[in-house]
Amino acid sequence: MNKFLLPLGIFIVLVALLAVGLNLNPREVPSPLVGKPAPLFSVPRLQEPEKTFSPQEMIGKVWLLNVWASWCVSCREEHPVIVDAAKRGMLPPVIGLNYKDKREDGRRWLARFGDPYQLSAFDADGRVGIDYGVYGVPETYLIDKQGVIRFKQIGPITPEVLEKKIVPLVQELNK
Amino acid sequence: MKKYLPALALAGALLAFNAAAKEAEPLADDPVVEQRLVNIAGELRCLVCQNESLAGSQADLAKDLRREVRGLIKEGKTDEEVKDFLVSRYGDFVLYRPQVKPETYLLWAGPFILLIVGIVVLIRYLRRRSAMLTETPLTEEERRRAAALLEENRP
Repeated sequence: MNKFLLPLGIFIVLVALLAVGLNLNPREVPSPLVGKPAPLFSVPRLQEPEKTFSPQEMIGKVWLLNVWASWCVSCREEHPVIVDAAKRGMLPPVIGLNYKDKREDGRRWLARFGDPYQLSAFDADGRVGIDYGVYGVPETYLIDKQGVIRFKQIGPITPEVLEKKIVPLVQELNK
Repeated sequence: MKKYLPALALAGALLAFNAAAKEAEPLADDPVVEQRLVNIAGELRCLVCQNESLAGSQADLAKDLRREVRGLIKEGKTDEEVKDFLVSRYGDFVLYRPQVKPETYLLWAGPFILLIVGIVVLIRYLRRRSAMLTETPLTEEERRRAAALLEENRP
Protein backbone atom coordinates (compact mmCIF):
# COMPACT_ATOMS: atom_id res chain seq x y z
CA MET A 1 0.00 0.00 0.00
CA ASN A 2 2.68 2.41 1.07
CA LYS A 3 4.56 1.54 -2.08
CA PHE A 4 1.88 3.15 -4.26
CA LEU A 5 1.28 6.19 -2.10
CA LEU A 6 4.29 8.17 -3.29
CA PRO A 7 3.82 7.69 -7.07
CA LEU A 8 0.10 8.34 -6.66
CA GLY A 9 0.83 11.54 -4.73
CA ILE A 10 3.26 12.72 -7.41
CA PHE A 11 0.69 11.90 -10.09
CA ILE A 12 -2.04 13.90 -8.33
CA VAL A 13 0.27 16.91 -7.90
CA LEU A 14 1.21 16.71 -11.58
CA VAL A 15 -2.43 16.55 -12.69
CA ALA A 16 -3.27 19.50 -10.45
CA LEU A 17 -0.42 21.59 -11.90
CA LEU A 18 -1.42 20.70 -15.46
CA ALA A 19 -5.07 21.51 -14.74
CA VAL A 20 -4.14 24.95 -13.45
CA GLY A 21 -1.67 25.55 -16.28
CA LEU A 22 -4.13 24.55 -19.00
CA ASN A 23 -6.80 26.82 -17.60
CA LEU A 24 -4.61 29.91 -17.70
CA ASN A 25 -5.21 32.21 -20.61
CA PRO A 26 -1.93 32.68 -22.50
CA ARG A 27 -3.33 35.87 -24.02
CA GLU A 28 -3.36 37.55 -20.64
CA VAL A 29 0.18 38.72 -20.40
CA PRO A 30 0.67 40.88 -17.32
CA SER A 31 1.39 44.38 -18.53
CA PRO A 32 4.56 45.98 -17.21
CA LEU A 33 2.78 49.31 -17.61
CA VAL A 34 0.41 48.88 -14.67
CA GLY A 35 1.67 51.18 -11.92
CA LYS A 36 3.67 53.26 -14.37
CA PRO A 37 2.83 56.66 -15.83
CA ALA A 38 0.72 56.42 -18.98
CA PRO A 39 2.98 57.09 -21.99
CA LEU A 40 2.48 60.54 -23.44
CA PHE A 41 1.44 61.10 -27.02
CA SER A 42 -0.22 63.69 -29.12
CA VAL A 43 -2.32 62.61 -32.09
CA PRO A 44 -5.19 64.11 -34.09
CA ARG A 45 -8.74 63.47 -32.97
CA LEU A 46 -10.98 61.20 -35.00
CA GLN A 47 -13.90 63.56 -35.33
CA GLU A 48 -12.01 66.84 -35.43
CA PRO A 49 -8.74 66.16 -37.28
CA GLU A 50 -7.55 69.74 -36.81
CA LYS A 51 -7.45 69.25 -33.02
CA THR A 52 -5.09 66.94 -31.19
CA PHE A 53 -5.43 64.92 -28.01
CA SER A 54 -2.80 64.29 -25.38
CA PRO A 55 -3.22 62.38 -22.09
CA GLN A 56 -1.91 65.46 -20.27
CA GLU A 57 -5.32 67.05 -20.84
CA MET A 58 -6.78 64.44 -18.48
CA ILE A 59 -4.47 65.07 -15.51
CA GLY A 60 -6.58 65.51 -12.40
CA LYS A 61 -9.24 63.09 -13.64
CA VAL A 62 -9.70 59.37 -13.40
CA TRP A 63 -10.34 58.17 -16.94
CA LEU A 64 -10.45 55.20 -19.25
CA LEU A 65 -8.52 54.80 -22.46
CA ASN A 66 -10.33 52.29 -24.65
CA VAL A 67 -8.46 51.03 -27.71
CA TRP A 68 -10.87 50.10 -30.50
CA ALA A 69 -11.03 49.69 -34.26
CA SER A 70 -13.77 49.24 -36.81
CA TRP A 71 -12.07 46.07 -38.12
CA CYS A 72 -11.98 44.49 -34.68
CA VAL A 73 -14.61 41.83 -34.14
CA SER A 74 -14.36 41.67 -30.34
CA CYS A 75 -14.86 45.44 -30.21
CA ARG A 76 -18.37 44.92 -31.57
CA GLU A 77 -19.00 42.59 -28.68
CA GLU A 78 -17.59 45.02 -26.14
CA HIS A 79 -19.05 48.23 -27.48
CA PRO A 80 -22.66 47.84 -26.24
CA VAL A 81 -21.31 47.23 -22.72
CA ILE A 82 -19.45 50.55 -22.78
CA VAL A 83 -22.31 52.44 -24.42
CA ASP A 84 -24.74 51.13 -21.84
CA ALA A 85 -22.45 51.76 -18.86
CA ALA A 86 -21.66 55.29 -20.06
CA LYS A 87 -25.38 55.99 -20.43
CA ARG A 88 -26.02 54.87 -16.89
CA GLY A 89 -23.20 57.03 -15.60
CA MET A 90 -21.17 54.10 -14.31
CA LEU A 91 -18.01 55.14 -16.08
CA PRO A 92 -15.51 57.95 -15.71
CA PRO A 93 -14.73 59.89 -18.91
CA VAL A 94 -13.84 57.41 -21.64
CA ILE A 95 -11.37 58.39 -24.34
CA GLY A 96 -11.30 56.16 -27.39
CA LEU A 97 -8.13 55.31 -29.24
CA ASN A 98 -9.06 54.43 -32.78
CA TYR A 99 -6.24 52.04 -33.55
CA LYS A 100 -4.89 51.47 -37.07
CA ASP A 101 -8.15 52.35 -38.69
CA LYS A 102 -9.34 54.44 -41.60
CA ARG A 103 -10.87 57.70 -40.49
CA GLU A 104 -14.13 57.26 -42.40
CA ASP A 105 -14.48 53.64 -41.22
CA GLY A 106 -14.03 54.71 -37.59
CA ARG A 107 -16.57 57.49 -37.90
CA ARG A 108 -19.09 55.25 -39.62
CA TRP A 109 -18.63 52.63 -36.91
CA LEU A 110 -19.37 55.17 -34.16
CA ALA A 111 -22.37 56.54 -36.07
CA ARG A 112 -23.75 53.04 -36.38
CA PHE A 113 -23.07 51.59 -32.93
CA GLY A 114 -23.12 54.71 -30.76
CA ASP A 115 -20.38 56.96 -29.44
CA PRO A 116 -19.81 56.66 -25.69
CA TYR A 117 -16.47 58.47 -25.92
CA GLN A 118 -15.70 61.97 -24.78
CA LEU A 119 -13.53 61.94 -27.89
CA SER A 120 -11.53 59.43 -29.87
CA ALA A 121 -7.86 59.90 -30.61
CA PHE A 122 -6.79 58.68 -34.02
CA ASP A 123 -3.75 56.40 -34.08
CA ALA A 124 -3.39 55.74 -37.81
CA ASP A 125 -0.04 53.91 -37.84
CA GLY A 126 -0.32 52.20 -34.46
CA ARG A 127 2.61 54.04 -32.84
CA VAL A 128 0.60 55.01 -29.76
CA GLY A 129 -0.56 51.41 -29.52
CA ILE A 130 3.06 50.23 -29.44
CA ASP A 131 3.88 52.66 -26.61
CA TYR A 132 0.95 51.27 -24.63
CA GLY A 133 1.90 47.67 -25.37
CA VAL A 134 -1.30 46.99 -27.29
CA TYR A 135 -1.25 43.58 -28.97
CA GLY A 136 -4.88 42.62 -29.22
CA VAL A 137 -7.68 45.10 -29.55
CA PRO A 138 -9.83 45.86 -27.62
CA GLU A 139 -7.71 46.86 -24.67
CA THR A 140 -8.65 49.28 -21.94
CA TYR A 141 -6.50 51.24 -19.51
CA LEU A 142 -7.71 52.84 -16.31
CA ILE A 143 -5.62 55.92 -15.56
CA ASP A 144 -5.66 57.81 -12.26
CA LYS A 145 -5.56 61.52 -11.47
CA GLN A 146 -1.77 61.60 -11.52
CA GLY A 147 -1.70 59.96 -14.94
CA VAL A 148 -0.62 56.54 -13.69
CA ILE A 149 -2.05 53.37 -15.27
CA ARG A 150 -3.85 51.45 -12.54
CA PHE A 151 -5.50 48.63 -14.44
CA LYS A 152 -5.40 47.09 -17.89
CA GLN A 153 -8.09 44.97 -19.45
CA ILE A 154 -6.90 42.84 -22.35
CA GLY A 155 -9.77 41.84 -24.59
CA PRO A 156 -13.38 42.95 -24.35
CA ILE A 157 -14.79 44.49 -21.19
CA THR A 158 -17.56 42.21 -20.01
CA PRO A 159 -20.33 43.32 -17.63
CA GLU A 160 -18.58 41.17 -15.02
CA VAL A 161 -15.20 42.90 -15.40
CA LEU A 162 -16.97 46.23 -15.35
CA GLU A 163 -18.85 45.54 -12.12
CA LYS A 164 -16.20 43.63 -10.23
CA LYS A 165 -13.03 45.43 -11.28
CA ILE A 166 -13.44 48.72 -13.07
CA VAL A 167 -16.30 50.36 -11.15
CA PRO A 168 -14.89 49.61 -7.64
CA LEU A 169 -11.42 50.77 -8.68
CA VAL A 170 -12.80 54.00 -10.16
CA GLN A 171 -14.67 54.68 -6.92
CA GLU A 172 -11.54 54.07 -4.89
CA LEU A 173 -9.40 56.29 -7.11
CA ASN A 174 -11.97 59.08 -7.03
CA LYS A 175 -11.95 59.25 -3.24
CA MET B 1 25.31 53.25 -84.92
CA LYS B 2 22.98 50.63 -86.27
CA LYS B 3 25.00 47.72 -84.99
CA TYR B 4 24.90 49.10 -81.46
CA LEU B 5 21.12 49.31 -81.46
CA PRO B 6 20.44 45.83 -80.07
CA ALA B 7 22.98 46.43 -77.33
CA LEU B 8 21.37 49.78 -76.52
CA ALA B 9 17.93 48.19 -76.48
CA LEU B 10 19.21 45.50 -74.17
CA ALA B 11 20.83 48.07 -71.90
CA GLY B 12 17.59 50.04 -71.88
CA ALA B 13 15.58 46.96 -71.05
CA LEU B 14 17.99 46.07 -68.28
CA LEU B 15 17.77 49.56 -66.86
CA ALA B 16 14.00 49.39 -66.93
CA PHE B 17 14.16 46.01 -65.26
CA ASN B 18 16.52 47.38 -62.68
CA ALA B 19 14.13 50.25 -61.96
CA ALA B 20 11.27 47.81 -61.55
CA ALA B 21 13.36 45.64 -59.27
CA LYS B 22 13.98 48.65 -57.04
CA GLU B 23 10.39 48.45 -55.80
CA ALA B 24 11.26 46.07 -52.98
CA GLU B 25 14.29 47.98 -51.80
CA PRO B 26 13.00 49.71 -48.67
CA LEU B 27 12.83 46.31 -46.98
CA ALA B 28 16.52 45.63 -47.38
CA ASP B 29 18.07 48.97 -48.17
CA ASP B 30 20.71 48.44 -45.53
CA PRO B 31 21.83 44.83 -45.22
CA VAL B 32 23.61 45.51 -41.91
CA VAL B 33 20.44 46.90 -40.35
CA GLU B 34 18.38 44.04 -41.75
CA GLN B 35 20.80 41.44 -40.40
CA ARG B 36 20.66 42.98 -36.93
CA LEU B 37 16.87 43.20 -37.20
CA VAL B 38 16.66 39.50 -38.01
CA ASN B 39 19.01 38.64 -35.13
CA ILE B 40 17.10 40.68 -32.57
CA ALA B 41 13.63 39.81 -33.83
CA GLY B 42 14.50 36.11 -33.80
CA GLU B 43 14.89 36.32 -30.01
CA LEU B 44 11.57 38.05 -29.47
CA ARG B 45 8.09 36.60 -29.28
CA CYS B 46 5.27 37.88 -31.41
CA LEU B 47 2.43 38.51 -28.98
CA VAL B 48 -0.31 37.96 -31.52
CA CYS B 49 0.78 34.49 -32.58
CA GLN B 50 2.69 33.51 -29.51
CA ASN B 51 4.64 30.61 -30.92
CA GLU B 52 6.18 32.66 -33.68
CA SER B 53 9.15 34.94 -33.38
CA LEU B 54 8.91 38.56 -34.29
CA ALA B 55 11.18 37.84 -37.23
CA GLY B 56 8.98 35.14 -38.68
CA SER B 57 5.51 36.43 -37.97
CA GLN B 58 3.30 37.98 -40.62
CA ALA B 59 0.91 39.45 -38.06
CA ASP B 60 0.22 43.13 -38.49
CA LEU B 61 1.63 43.97 -35.09
CA ALA B 62 4.83 42.08 -35.86
CA LYS B 63 5.27 44.12 -39.05
CA ASP B 64 4.77 47.34 -37.09
CA LEU B 65 7.22 46.23 -34.43
CA ARG B 66 9.81 45.29 -37.02
CA ARG B 67 9.43 48.77 -38.49
CA GLU B 68 9.89 50.21 -35.00
CA VAL B 69 12.95 48.04 -34.30
CA ARG B 70 14.44 48.99 -37.67
CA GLY B 71 14.01 52.64 -36.71
CA LEU B 72 15.71 52.09 -33.36
CA ILE B 73 18.65 50.31 -34.99
CA LYS B 74 19.08 53.19 -37.45
CA GLU B 75 19.09 55.59 -34.48
CA GLY B 76 22.14 53.69 -33.28
CA LYS B 77 20.56 51.83 -30.35
CA THR B 78 22.31 48.70 -29.08
CA ASP B 79 20.61 45.30 -29.16
CA GLU B 80 20.04 45.53 -25.41
CA GLU B 81 18.37 48.92 -25.72
CA VAL B 82 16.08 47.62 -28.44
CA LYS B 83 15.06 44.65 -26.29
CA ASP B 84 14.49 46.94 -23.29
CA PHE B 85 12.23 49.08 -25.47
CA LEU B 86 10.00 46.07 -26.13
CA VAL B 87 10.19 44.61 -22.60
CA SER B 88 9.13 47.94 -21.08
CA ARG B 89 5.97 47.81 -23.21
CA TYR B 90 5.09 44.14 -23.49
CA GLY B 91 6.82 42.62 -20.46
CA ASP B 92 9.37 39.84 -20.04
CA PHE B 93 7.09 37.52 -21.99
CA VAL B 94 8.43 38.88 -25.29
CA LEU B 95 11.88 37.49 -24.55
CA TYR B 96 12.39 33.89 -25.63
CA ARG B 97 15.52 33.83 -23.45
CA PRO B 98 14.43 35.05 -20.01
CA GLN B 99 16.72 37.41 -18.15
CA VAL B 100 18.48 36.22 -15.00
CA LYS B 101 16.95 38.14 -12.11
CA PRO B 102 15.34 37.29 -8.73
CA GLU B 103 11.98 36.33 -10.29
CA THR B 104 13.64 33.95 -12.71
CA TYR B 105 16.25 32.35 -10.42
CA LEU B 106 14.01 29.33 -9.88
CA LEU B 107 13.44 29.01 -13.63
CA TRP B 108 17.14 29.00 -14.38
CA ALA B 109 18.28 26.94 -11.39
CA GLY B 110 15.27 24.57 -11.26
CA PRO B 111 16.60 21.90 -13.66
CA PHE B 112 19.95 21.79 -11.86
CA ILE B 113 18.24 21.53 -8.48
CA LEU B 114 16.18 18.62 -9.82
CA LEU B 115 19.31 16.99 -11.19
CA ILE B 116 21.08 17.24 -7.81
CA VAL B 117 18.01 15.88 -6.01
CA GLY B 118 17.96 13.02 -8.51
CA ILE B 119 21.63 12.20 -7.95
CA VAL B 120 21.23 12.29 -4.15
CA VAL B 121 18.21 9.95 -4.33
CA LEU B 122 20.09 7.61 -6.66
CA ILE B 123 23.17 7.45 -4.41
CA ARG B 124 21.07 6.80 -1.33
CA TYR B 125 19.13 4.06 -3.14
CA LEU B 126 22.30 2.37 -4.36
CA ARG B 127 23.87 2.49 -0.90
CA ARG B 128 20.77 1.04 0.71
CA ARG B 129 20.67 -1.72 -1.87
CA SER B 130 24.27 -2.70 -1.42
CA ALA B 131 23.73 -2.76 2.37
CA MET B 132 20.89 -5.23 1.82
CA LEU B 133 23.18 -7.71 0.07
CA THR B 134 24.74 -9.94 2.73
CA GLU B 135 27.71 -12.16 2.14
CA THR B 136 26.63 -15.80 1.94
CA PRO B 137 29.77 -17.94 1.84
CA LEU B 138 29.59 -21.41 0.28
CA THR B 139 29.34 -24.37 2.53
CA GLU B 140 31.99 -27.08 2.38
CA GLU B 141 29.59 -29.37 0.45
CA GLU B 142 28.82 -26.71 -2.16
CA ARG B 143 32.49 -25.92 -2.62
CA ARG B 144 33.22 -29.56 -3.33
CA ARG B 145 30.40 -29.77 -5.88
CA ALA B 146 31.59 -26.62 -7.62
CA ALA B 147 35.13 -27.95 -7.82
CA ALA B 148 33.81 -31.23 -9.24
CA LEU B 149 31.77 -29.45 -11.90
CA LEU B 150 34.72 -27.31 -12.89
CA GLU B 151 36.93 -30.37 -13.10
CA GLU B 152 34.38 -32.17 -15.27
CA ASN B 153 34.25 -29.42 -17.86
CA ARG B 154 37.96 -28.90 -18.15
CA PRO B 155 38.99 -29.51 -21.78
